[in-house]
Amino acid sequence: MSTLLETKNVNKKFGGLAAVTELNLRVDEGEIIGLIGPNGAGKTTSFNLITGVYTPTSGSITFAGHDITGMKPHGITRLGVARTFQNIRLFKEMSVLENVLVAQHMRMGTNILEATLRLPSYMKRERHIHERARTLLAEVGLSEHENAKATSLPYGKQRRLEIARALATEPKLLFLDEPAAGMNPQESVELMEFILKIRDQFKLTIVLIEHHMQVVMGVCKRLYVLDYGVTIAHGTPEEIQNNPKVIEAYLGVE
Amino acid sequence: MDLQTFLQQFVNALSLGSLYALIAIGYTMVYGILRLINFAHGDVFMIGGYLAFYGISTFVIPWWLAVALAIALTTLFGVGLERAAYRPLRDSPRISIMISAIGASFLIENLAIVLFDARPKAFPVSDFFAANYVFSGVYVAGISLIIPLVTIVLLAVLLWIVHRTKTGMAMRAVSTDIDAARLMAIDVDRIISITFAIGSALAAIGGIMWALKYPRLEPLMGIMPGLKCFIAAVVGGIGSIAGAVLGGLLLGFIELMTIAFLPELTGYKDAFAFVLLIVVLLVKPTGLLGKNQGEKV
Repeated sequence: MSTLLETKNVNKKFGGLAAVTELNLRVDEGEIIGLIGPNGAGKTTSFNLITGVYTPTSGSITFAGHDITGMKPHGITRLGVARTFQNIRLFKEMSVLENVLVAQHMRMGTNILEATLRLPSYMKRERHIHERARTLLAEVGLSEHENAKATSLPYGKQRRLEIARALATEPKLLFLDEPAAGMNPQESVELMEFILKIRDQFKLTIVLIEHHMQVVMGVCKRLYVLDYGVTIAHGTPEEIQNNPKVIEAYLGVE
Repeated sequence: MDLQTFLQQFVNALSLGSLYALIAIGYTMVYGILRLINFAHGDVFMIGGYLAFYGISTFVIPWWLAVALAIALTTLFGVGLERAAYRPLRDSPRISIMISAIGASFLIENLAIVLFDARPKAFPVSDFFAANYVFSGVYVAGISLIIPLVTIVLLAVLLWIVHRTKTGMAMRAVSTDIDAARLMAIDVDRIISITFAIGSALAAIGGIMWALKYPRLEPLMGIMPGLKCFIAAVVGGIGSIAGAVLGGLLLGFIELMTIAFLPELTGYKDAFAFVLLIVVLLVKPTGLLGKNQGEKV
């Protein structure tokens, strides 16, 4: 199995605050990796560094053989990295279908001229894109809502729409930022099944941030534990559960 | 006041309001995407008028070619303005970019005084635009008919771009959430450039039509229309294209109708816009068509 993503000694400082220190992640193709840690541990910052929202202060990030350190987010997304957000960030004014369309549109190179003249090749691609968007919505069970405004959906469905939108960019690597946040145990179980399903169906590699230990332990093959920006542990879920440093970070020292 | 006078003022107000609407759209689109008031927008409008003037008067090229060139160059100017004055400050506090906008405005105005000369220039208006047509006693200058027609066509094109093309979809995505848009593979810099290009092209067309209607060019001619159109955009609900059009028309009508019905207020003509602004902000702070959005954090 080949390495898809590797971060080497990545640091991020905001002024005097070291948000992430010496981050060394390695993610192999097809894996589901968990990133856990207490609030403020630097998990979302790590996502932001890899997806190009932030530029690392030092260190390097390689994705699928490309050095993506300091690349712009849209460039990284085009290489095949997608993500969802901790606090849902859908395009509020748009319909459910449009939210998925917008993410796909950017991958196809058309110009305004082609769109204005409605050339056959353009129309064909347009149809293809609409079909694909509908397929994605069907996969996440939102078909009947395609014309609804994104914000009118209930919370759980908004989360699934965010995942559909991320999938629309045709990612190889998908980052999920707290996908189970606000879900009840039943929904969490469904989410786990859903994550495994999309991984297999779309040949994805997934990195997720999650506080629900049930979800983390259920789907992740390996875990990285962050605390105050430092990676304090790394290993299989069983190893992590018995690691005294992790227990200390979560529960404090007795 | 008889019907004839009313119709006369109606025609005048419609063409003035249409001009306001065209310029207000530029403010509202840039605000929608960058949350920035482009204070130099009125000066872009002035540049459009001058470029057309030089094309027609100095270089004596056919008027349609001069107009096309003026629009194209003003568009480039607007895009260049964003590159030079706003893009480097994209990640700075919002107040910095606003001050940069005010600075850019002063710079353009004063450069115009140096380059174009402070003395007003007479804009050459061909007979076709200047000729008056009489419809049952109402005098209508050719240009007063053309302005609303051009505005309607441009508005239709704009709405088509925003709602029917993928670039428009990307613009709407960027205006809702710029960071999320970046992560959907949208090249945000490109979308911002396109927004400035559209806004500046509309300002140039507005500036040229303004010059055809009021054929007197001055380097500071963009300030008052610029301010009024900013107000029109706020009154309509900044960020909303329909709001900008509504605000522009409303302002045109209030301005001309008040003068027509209460001629003694003519001296206060320019104050109406500000009174309207204060009233609307007191009653409906988000503007007439604005959405009540919580501050983004």
